[in-house]
Amino acid sequence: MIVAKRKPFAEIKAMLQGYKKVLNVGCGTCVSVCLAGGEKEVSILNTEIDMTRKLDDDPIEIQGHTIERQCDREYLAELDSIIEEGKFDALMSMACGVGIQFLAERYPLIPTFPAVDTTGLAVNQAVGWYEERCRSCSQCVLGITGGICPVTMCAKGLFNGPCGGTNKGSCEISNEQPCAWFMIYERLKGQNRLDSIKQLNNTRGWGDQIPRNLIQPGYKKPEKMSK
Amino acid sequence: MSTENNYKSGSNLEKVLKSGQFAFTGELGPPRGSDVNEVREKIKFLRGNVDSVNITDNQTAMVRMASWAASLILVQEGLEPNYQMVCRDRNRLAMQADILGGYALGIRNMLCLSGDHQKFGDHPDAKGVFDIDSIQLISMVKQMRDEGKFLSGEDLHGQPKLFIGAASNPFADPFEWRVHRLAKKIAAGADFVQTQCIYNMEKFREFIRLANEEGLTEKIYILAGVTPMKSVGMAKYMKGKVPGMDVPDDIIKRLQGVEKNKVAQEGINIACEQIEEFKEMKGVHGVHLMAIEWEHKVPEIAEQAKVLPRPVFN
Repeated sequence: MIVAKRKPFAEIKAMLQGYKKVLNVGCGTCVSVCLAGGEKEVSILNTEIDMTRKLDDDPIEIQGHTIERQCDREYLAELDSIIEEGKFDALMSMACGVGIQFLAERYPLIPTFPAVDTTGLAVNQAVGWYEERCRSCSQCVLGITGGICPVTMCAKGLFNGPCGGTNKGSCEISNEQPCAWFMIYERLKGQNRLDSIKQLNNTRGWGDQIPRNLIQPGYKKPEKMSK
Repeated sequence: MSTENNYKSGSNLEKVLKSGQFAFTGELGPPRGSDVNEVREKIKFLRGNVDSVNITDNQTAMVRMASWAASLILVQEGLEPNYQMVCRDRNRLAMQADILGGYALGIRNMLCLSGDHQKFGDHPDAKGVFDIDSIQLISMVKQMRDEGKFLSGEDLHGQPKLFIGAASNPFADPFEWRVHRLAKKIAAGADFVQTQCIYNMEKFREFIRLANEEGLTEKIYILAGVTPMKSVGMAKYMKGKVPGMDVPDDIIKRLQGVEKNKVAQEGINIACEQIEEFKEMKGVHGVHLMAIEWEHKVPEIAEQAKVLPRPVFN
């Protein structure tokens, strides 16, 4: 899933400076699961904002509404009437970077602010602990690396590791960070597949350097949306 | 066929190694500023005592004078640089451009490295480039040199005839992988390898034994990395804080066993004993002396290690 963490409160407060009526929009999917931007987090943040602005003698009217998914027009549509009636002078989103942008795009006349920093595509290792696993680089090499991603898990994104900095199974950047290539080596050794990484790996075509549009086979852009 | 025609670059280092003589290379860290004299000052101690001088590239991810620029100062001064390039700071366009420019102005050796992670340096929030990795860099330089082609496959005019170096850390885990990694670097096109600082001789002997067994030492020149310990504190730091470094307790005990004002000399003694052993070790073709911020000690280390005079070629 996509994971995110809430921005520092001071930063959120500074973004909302000068705005008097704000709608904070949560997202019920990934950021809800990772405890960053679901209904509960919207409610907590709104309470904090409300209190701090009262203390500053600068009250704000802040409402919250959490929709199923901010990356989907179908769900965003339910905000139309709320936003039209509410006459908000700013919106805030607790969705991932994708959802924030889709919200901002739907209401281009209203300033939209992010309340979270999106931190990646991660697995849920334990309650509250999310470990990044994919950089969506467009050139998956997991087939030769034993199902462990060197682009994400190796701090240098090496395709021919491990480098000389591997330290008793840890990465040179921290003892807390396992060395991806050490893990790749161990896993492939266990599968008797070390030959897979004895060859030179010449993967080096970065597919993520321009904005990517994905249109699955058999589909095309709707005509009204094509330029 | 004349020997001359067999050279890949014709660098002094290549000539020393091809002639079968025991190579002795040094290292120089460019200054944290633009003062040419800082480079010239260090050069004094290296001139005549080493075959080639590694010029580090933003070592430990600290910004320094560009390694190609410091390399060119050496060329001007009549010393031979071994231009280090890390994958951390440049993408493939900048790398190829610098390789061509450096070669055009007299660089003949190049060492291809991944680079320490930027987190360790003075700009920890920098974006690490790592567009290609060190092994891909080796094969890119080889392709430019031997095929006259850029990484893209397009022709380049004026092939950079460089003697291609790689690093090897025999002490990083997994140990069994280290010989495979060396084999990969050979397959990618490395002509010589300089190792991480060696303190654990037993482990290094085993590494070389395996490399000999695999026939790798016939395919690449191996220069054993030596860094004399200046103090007990340095030894402890290297042991505990430097990733991939293997400092046995015996080394620390030996340094602790001498009077305080003799520790540095003891460090040099250990280094020279190692060099004596490397001279006799099958599969080792030279020593790379990394006297970190201790360049002024190079003349006496070279003297004590009996590696002088250095070979001279016309």
